[in-house]
Amino acid sequence: MTLTNPSPAAEVAVRRRGHGALGDRVFSWWTLGTGLLVLAILGLILVTTVREAWPAFDAMGPRFVTERVWDPNPATGDAIFGALSFAYGTAVSSLIALLFAVPVSVGIALFLTELAPRRLRGPAVTVIDLLAAVPSVVFGLWGILVVAPALVPVYQWTHDVFGGVPLLGRLVGPVGSGRTFMTAGLILAIMITPIITSITREVFGTVPRADKDAALALGATRWEMIRGAVLPHSFGGIVGAVMLGLGRAMGETIAVALVIGGATNITANLFAPGNSMAAVIVQQFGESTGTFTAALIGLGVVLFAMTVLINVFARVVVRRAEARMKGGVA
Amino acid sequence: MVSDTHLITRPSVTVHAPAAVTTSGAAFADTSVMRLRDVSVHYGNYEAVRRTSMPIQRNQVTAMIGPSGCGKSTVLRTLNRMNDSIPGARVSGDVLFHGQDLYARHVDPTQVRRRIGMVFQKPNPFPKSIYDNVAYGLRINGVKGRLDEHVEAALTQAALWDEVKDKLRTSALALSGGQQQRLCIARTIAVKPEVILMDEPCSALDPIATAKIEELIFELTHDYTIVIVTHNMQQAARVSHHTAFFTAEVDERQERHGRLVEFSPTDQLFTNPADKRTEDYITGRFG
Repeated sequence: MTLTNPSPAAEVAVRRRGHGALGDRVFSWWTLGTGLLVLAILGLILVTTVREAWPAFDAMGPRFVTERVWDPNPATGDAIFGALSFAYGTAVSSLIALLFAVPVSVGIALFLTELAPRRLRGPAVTVIDLLAAVPSVVFGLWGILVVAPALVPVYQWTHDVFGGVPLLGRLVGPVGSGRTFMTAGLILAIMITPIITSITREVFGTVPRADKDAALALGATRWEMIRGAVLPHSFGGIVGAVMLGLGRAMGETIAVALVIGGATNITANLFAPGNSMAAVIVQQFGESTGTFTAALIGLGVVLFAMTVLINVFARVVVRRAEARMKGGVA
Repeated sequence: MVSDTHLITRPSVTVHAPAAVTTSGAAFADTSVMRLRDVSVHYGNYEAVRRTSMPIQRNQVTAMIGPSGCGKSTVLRTLNRMNDSIPGARVSGDVLFHGQDLYARHVDPTQVRRRIGMVFQKPNPFPKSIYDNVAYGLRINGVKGRLDEHVEAALTQAALWDEVKDKLRTSALALSGGQQQRLCIARTIAVKPEVILMDEPCSALDPIATAKIEELIFELTHDYTIVIVTHNMQQAARVSHHTAFFTAEVDERQERHGRLVEFSPTDQLFTNPADKRTEDYITGRFG
């Protein structure tokens, strides 16, 4: 059989083609190398942070992630390092950020790709991208000096009006200062809007003219065309954009540290102060030693693990949705 | 007869228009559904199509042929205002549908497209299930209930039902090219337009799939008026009743414009063309 057992001549021909293009080989090694480099750096970060954090993991065991108390310098007994309160703060502030940023960003992106007059697009994009260029410490200072105080009456009003409603009332509990989960979430929302906007804008730009024409030719209005043709086509890309925004929100450090209030706290009340993992690290790293330092690095490991898990989950969601669209069987 | 004046602005899609009466001096029997009168299309300052006049006869197939760049697709897209979304596109002259100008100020283009549907060159089903593709137009037109019946009827009329009835919930993108194109036709007829515009509907298909679409086009003339743009002269000869031959002309300023050269019954145009340019084209001397 020539197919399974090629003649020597055929083998030589195949080899020569494989060896012929030096450029291809160089290119192939280069791309493989850079790809592996990324993996190596990721692996190295994981290994070294886990090693540095080990004393804290060793002392706390699984309680490191299930314990809500964080007490590095107790009056008596051993220090307690529990990441749970801060993981909660990270999750809540990031979710609030997404809740506000995603609809706004998608709206801006749709406006820019489908509705805005051509001459408005360029300037609008520039302004939004400028928002991404503002250093996060500036957002933090603005948040603590301007936004937080300004929001106190708003929070108070919301509490007064909706505080009595079952379930919802627990989210809008008593108001202290303006430095709260909510304020952190809102500042984060502003910070991640540019990246979500610019990626969704690119994604909407890739929707084939043919898909839009198909909807329009059926008598769709512009909004019907967006819902029928643009959004389904863009689902994977939007999820990707949201994930990048979420990653940025979860990892944001200094802005959150300034506005979240700095309390070790798990509560449904969004108007209460809390803390996030990244914020705790930056607040306490300077004065830490020994196991305390290890515990802060441990927070970093937990944060890293959370982001990876969320990204994997998002991949699965996108792959499922795309398989349903493109594959044979729904 | 019922007044035609507000046909377009009326939101209903189920209404089939009464016998058409056009006002222009008709060179053909007065069965035209649409009529182009001195239609020119500009893209910015460039005149893509110059002064075209022709009727579209009810329940017949009108073919538009001609070399690339002759403006035939542009003319087709003026018939349901699909050129609206192209920046700088401008139509002058009258595009009459039951005697009413589609480009008049009060006319809503979405209502025009509900009455005058379109099938495109490349099959373009939505990335949704077969069922949802057909139901899409019904849903946006506010059809509630008995959706299943409408979907089945449209797929049956598009000669696709038997092939897909057991997999309505699977993705339309898993169908073959020919099936996708028939699905696009089903999607178009589901909203019950009067006129169906087809822009080279077979150019991406193999000969067998093409034959099926051509057969389908013939069947559809029982209920619909069809305008088809095609690169394939044999196709025009096979499926159409009337043929319009367009060509590109270079004017004194060295600019190219699409122009209608000849509009005749198809057998006459292919056997006994009135214009020398038509003859040159159909005998393969240029284009």
